[in-house]
Amino acid sequence: MTAVLSGFDLAHRLQPKLPDAVVDATPEWVEVKPNRLLEVCTFLRDDPELDFRFLSSLTGVDWLDHFEVVYHLLSISRNQATTLKTRCDDHDNPEAPSVVAVWRGAHLQEREAFDLLGIRFQGHPDLRRIFLWEGFPGHPLRKDWLNFPGGQMAGLERYPGEPGGKLEGRG
Amino acid sequence: MAMKTEPFVVNIGPQHPSTHGVFRMRLTLDGERIIDADMVIGYLHRSMEKLAEERSYTQNIPFTDRTDYVAAMTGNLAYVLAVEKLCGIEPPERAQWLRVIMSELQRFASHLMAVGVFANDCGTWQTPVMHMFREREKILDLFEMACGARLTTNYMRIGGVSRDVPPEFMPAAHKVIEELPKRMDEYENLLLENEIIIARSRGIGVLTPEVAIDCSLSGPMLRGSGVAWDIRKADPYCVYDKLEFDICVGTDGDAYDRFLVRLAEMRQSIHIVEQCLEMMPEGPVHSQITTATAQPGGAPSAPLAIRVPAGEAYGRIESPRGELGYYIVSDGGPAPYRFHIRSPSYINLTPLRDLAIGTTVADAIVILGSIDIIVGEIDR
Repeated sequence: MTAVLSGFDLAHRLQPKLPDAVVDATPEWVEVKPNRLLEVCTFLRDDPELDFRFLSSLTGVDWLDHFEVVYHLLSISRNQATTLKTRCDDHDNPEAPSVVAVWRGAHLQEREAFDLLGIRFQGHPDLRRIFLWEGFPGHPLRKDWLNFPGGQMAGLERYPGEPGGKLEGRG
Repeated sequence: MAMKTEPFVVNIGPQHPSTHGVFRMRLTLDGERIIDADMVIGYLHRSMEKLAEERSYTQNIPFTDRTDYVAAMTGNLAYVLAVEKLCGIEPPERAQWLRVIMSELQRFASHLMAVGVFANDCGTWQTPVMHMFREREKILDLFEMACGARLTTNYMRIGGVSRDVPPEFMPAAHKVIEELPKRMDEYENLLLENEIIIARSRGIGVLTPEVAIDCSLSGPMLRGSGVAWDIRKADPYCVYDKLEFDICVGTDGDAYDRFLVRLAEMRQSIHIVEQCLEMMPEGPVHSQITTATAQPGGAPSAPLAIRVPAGEAYGRIESPRGELGYYIVSDGGPAPYRFHIRSPSYINLTPLRDLAIGTTVADAIVILGSIDIIVGEIDR
């Protein structure tokens, strides 16, 4: 079985090499500061005990007031996986450092996140839209894309009897 | 006297038989050689990730058929595994075996298409692919028996499968599985030493193991470069840990090796289904889900809606094209808050530009064929 390296373990490993890079850690993931992301990623890739040479998945999540970029990493030689996150605070103009220099596999995935969520990856060699055409209005995976008039958003009702009307706190 | 030349741009696609769908390659040529390559995609973009945010977890299962429409069963499986991981649901034994049978039949059918169309791209025009479609047809008939659909199967459910296979399925499956090894012999006789395929694909599109890992390639693309990584072995889901099979790897990392890996994996898939048909127990095919908000009464059956706790999960499986992952974020509501598909077809295109530069247009077609893209899964 692929061993899952918990966020606490990972934060523990990062602490001696890169103190103050870790913002938060849970059993499932570790969140690092965006300005230290490249150092963290390079360390995770090159450290022989971690050896996360394979970037499984890179994607973004819109949390209404900020964006999160999620990296699922895999070590083929050690058969272990972990999850790394970073946060883009500016919701109107989210930016994160590009990790293409660390994993080339990020190239298309960052272009996808830019196209659909509008996250600008600083240092990406060729950051262009990929699925939608140039000039497409907005970034459709954002929760506030094409809202109905009056602030109403598309989506499903919450379960009956639960607090929060339609879409309170979600998109 | 020096001749004045200038680069020449050729568009291959979006409608072209060798792009396997609406996929466009924009090649810049200097004489015969490609000096730049760009891909233009998105013609099939349906924004499934956005649509899924407005549909319940069960309603999203049919979308997963329509991403990789040549391997719908594995698409279903990756999604339901991710949701089950998030909810902590354990499907019953028989459902797990059925899932493996369907996935492996699907892998066989999908590789038939990949290998046949690759042979087409190389120039062994139409004969191999027509032979392979004959066998694919029989597998699709089995799917039709199990779930009523041949292509968009919608068979897996959160907590099991939609229904048990009918009594006539088992003898029919045995019959197909007995026949397939003979057909494999035929294909190998026809294709392995085929002059055209060897001439066109040996030494073309070479990927070293380091580059393959760096580019996040997966599936036959990664194994063709000699990296023995298969999620079915490395992180066994369903009942793969009880089954005996080998990981097939290539040595040179060229287009021909990727083709060989697919052919070898087809034999392994037959072997897996044989074991499953012997070992599959009787029993229910769906677990009772305590958090189901609507589940028909009587015996455990597929829930119409399900309550998923807040949290996130990333489920990955080995689809015919590689690591198919679903990243589901839930806020406790009836629909996923974020639904991301890590599609192998899309990420396997990462090295396309580097592979194409320096080759000829004819080689670029072979390289693209060896990647085995499904445009529905690239664009989503």
